[in-house]
Amino acid sequence: MTAGPAARSAVPTGRRPSGGSRQASLAVSVPALLVGAASLLPVVYLVARAWGGDLIGIATNGRTLALLGRTTLLAAAVTAACLLLGVTFAFLTTRTDLPGRRIWAILLALPLVVPTFVGAYTLIAAVAPGGLFATWFSARGVTLPSPYGFGGAFFTLTMYSYPYVLLTVQAALRGSDPALEEASRTLGVGTWATLRRVTLPQIRPAAAAGSLLVVLYVLSDFGAVSLLRYSTFTRAIYLQYRAAFDRTPAAILGLMLVALTIVVLVVETRVGRDRGGQFRGRGAAPGRRHTTVALGRWRLPAFLACGAVALAGLAVPMTVIGTWLLRGIEAGEDFSFVFRAARHSLWASLLGAVAAVAAAMPVALWATRHPGRWSRATERAAFTGYALPGIVVALSLVFFGIRFGGPLYQTTVMLIFAYVVLFLPQAIGAIRASLLQVPANVEEAARTLGSRPLTAVLRVVVPLARRGAVAGGALVFLTTMKELPATLLLAPIGFDTLATRVWSSTNEAFFARAAAPALALILLGSVPLAVVSFRSGPASRTLRSQDRDGVG
Amino acid sequence: MTHIRPRWRLGAAVLALGLAAAACGGGTTPSPSETGPADDAEGPLVVYSGRGEDLVGEAFEMFTAETGIEVEVRYGGTAELAATLLEEGDRSPADIYWAQDAGALGAMQDAGMFATLPADVLDRVDQKFRSADGSWVGVTGRVRTLVYNTDELGEDEVPASVFDLTDPEWQGRVGWAPTNGSFQSFVTAMREIHGEDTTREWLEGMLANDVKEFESNTPIVDAVGRGEISVGLVNHYYLYRFLAEDDTFPAANKFLSADVGGLVNVAGIGILQSSTRPAAAQAFAEWVLGSQAQGYFSSVREELEYPLATDVTAAEELPALDTLNPPDIDLSSLDDLEGTLQLLREVGALE
Repeated sequence: MTAGPAARSAVPTGRRPSGGSRQASLAVSVPALLVGAASLLPVVYLVARAWGGDLIGIATNGRTLALLGRTTLLAAAVTAACLLLGVTFAFLTTRTDLPGRRIWAILLALPLVVPTFVGAYTLIAAVAPGGLFATWFSARGVTLPSPYGFGGAFFTLTMYSYPYVLLTVQAALRGSDPALEEASRTLGVGTWATLRRVTLPQIRPAAAAGSLLVVLYVLSDFGAVSLLRYSTFTRAIYLQYRAAFDRTPAAILGLMLVALTIVVLVVETRVGRDRGGQFRGRGAAPGRRHTTVALGRWRLPAFLACGAVALAGLAVPMTVIGTWLLRGIEAGEDFSFVFRAARHSLWASLLGAVAAVAAAMPVALWATRHPGRWSRATERAAFTGYALPGIVVALSLVFFGIRFGGPLYQTTVMLIFAYVVLFLPQAIGAIRASLLQVPANVEEAARTLGSRPLTAVLRVVVPLARRGAVAGGALVFLTTMKELPATLLLAPIGFDTLATRVWSSTNEAFFARAAAPALALILLGSVPLAVVSFRSGPASRTLRSQDRDGVG
Repeated sequence: MTHIRPRWRLGAAVLALGLAAAACGGGTTPSPSETGPADDAEGPLVVYSGRGEDLVGEAFEMFTAETGIEVEVRYGGTAELAATLLEEGDRSPADIYWAQDAGALGAMQDAGMFATLPADVLDRVDQKFRSADGSWVGVTGRVRTLVYNTDELGEDEVPASVFDLTDPEWQGRVGWAPTNGSFQSFVTAMREIHGEDTTREWLEGMLANDVKEFESNTPIVDAVGRGEISVGLVNHYYLYRFLAEDDTFPAANKFLSADVGGLVNVAGIGILQSSTRPAAAQAFAEWVLGSQAQGYFSSVREELEYPLATDVTAAEELPALDTLNPPDIDLSSLDDLEGTLQLLREVGALE
């Protein structure tokens, strides 16, 4: 009988899934190295600018350490909350019989579309003394908590970042092998215990990837924390650029942020890696569906919980934006510019998503199939751009672009390059999680049938990671639509996007003018989310029909 | 299996060729020494504007209609654009920089980024509102004021000087924006005029009086309207934005006379040394200080800024600039923001 690949992979071992070849094909490692090098451009820029500055002095003075403390506190708190929300809702929307779970899957991911500075602005407009909701509540004798400080920053960042975890864990839950859970249930372990001991560990890499995105995003965020008056590292960097016109102290702070990022990445490696490969999936065999957990009396609380979070994340900004919009319509504002800005946003985001997925593929392939010092280093290099504030990445590309970019400077190409440097980790994380679920024996079977290693990877492994590629692409699409600082500095002149229009209008207090692009941003963003959500639908329908016909 | 490899190789080769072509190809922007003043390079005038599109977009359209010169504008934050210009250096594609405050103009002046403006352009504006060496000129003026909530306070109840805001009756009722450029310019002016110690005392007094911190001018005016605070230190023209959208907005400006709190700052322009279209740039500088543009800036209901050309009067709603008696200070010196930042950090107004 078969003594080869099938038998070997039936017994989970700590063996790497590459099936024997220790060297990655050059066609994978060289592009990955190039991508990694490109991601390091901002760091090179920071080093160049920080040269000659008082590195030790700034890095060790009390003020910087206080900033460090505040930043890590916020990042840790937000990540913990996002994990809780993300994992819970991912589970509720994919594995239970929650009524309307397909709709909830979209609604609960939708807050990702709202830029955090819009979220913060609308929170203040609603909840601060004299705000929309505040006046309504205070007329009934209730004082709402202040939106400023740690509380407001924590709330805003959690509300608009938990979808990172939600989306990555949803993808993992949909793609994981039901056989392990079935085996556990057959052995007599109860539903919730199976959940805890089998399902949760299976999604650990995806949850870790999602929370990594959250942590690094919190490190880089500026819009929310500055409006809500909570001082973090990024705010200090922006201040330096804005006030001092001296880029050296800002560069030093930027390098500290890079150091912090590396620490976070090392921690994530320890926590998120799928050690031993025992939960490497075999993929969902045709005809096999995941068992749906019946919620029973938990149905109503779960429904209410979903409703509450969706309300908090979406209702606040939508109400405020709606009010501004009505004011604008009454005042006869001209909204025709929204169409042009929307076209630009969609175009740039689409290109950015495609480029990011293309760039992420070799990096993720190399890192998961051939983990080693270089592949890990390349993956980490790709994450540095994500944690840096947009202004730093933008200025670094100005620096390199004006010297080496030639006619490409201030063209769409440069802008897409900036988006890739900024958001590559989102694509890498999603693709990596997907690749981990690709069974080793499929690739080995292809090799046994005579295909070369690279062809086996391209024709067999990559298509199986499609779900991750789509999820990663959708994430990058959404985040690119919200991006501000790099777009302002690097886009071709006149290339306004919805995000830049919202910013320029709210900056100068033309709130009614900001409402239409903000609304368009939210509506357009729901499209890729719907795509990601519905992609899993047809697959299970096909499986069900195969089941009925007795095929597979 | 073999059919995929040639396709992949071909695709990779095409991609590589394309990248190589893009990297090596393309022309170089002609350096300023190659083209004389009468010999502008092709293409539209490129402006980096720290002023928002909602405020000045129409002005550019008027300029093009008037002179036929096409303009391309990059809008962004004043300081971010300054940092970009400094990074771009003499390879910058920009011809004109329009900054929101004099500090940014001063910083660019110090870095030698500006070309000298023609004398007839400089002479249109009072000496106070332009640089001493002719590198930049103010286009519109912005006055620091106290915006106050009209439901709570009458105009005479609002202090006549910022130094009165440290009194106990204003505890927790005042707002400022320490991270904002205009505020920092104001504190720099205070250090210049009253000295470091007085400024430090005032800052500490305000903090002890529980002053509320905001991100910038707009949130302050918004908070005053909502009643979150009673008084705010802002630039005069933000209020009119709110009033234009909602004329029942319960706030008004108090203009301070003969007080550093009534500092007049400028939004101004400079022509970049690296510009390849100096003739067009000069035409713009002349136009923007001409009666058409200055009249526009002072009349647009949402703007109501002070026109700085000496032969143009401000809108009726605003008190005339010469009645305000603003502090006498060289605006270029407002670029010493590092000292101000240090002071603000020491007293704890800024982390």
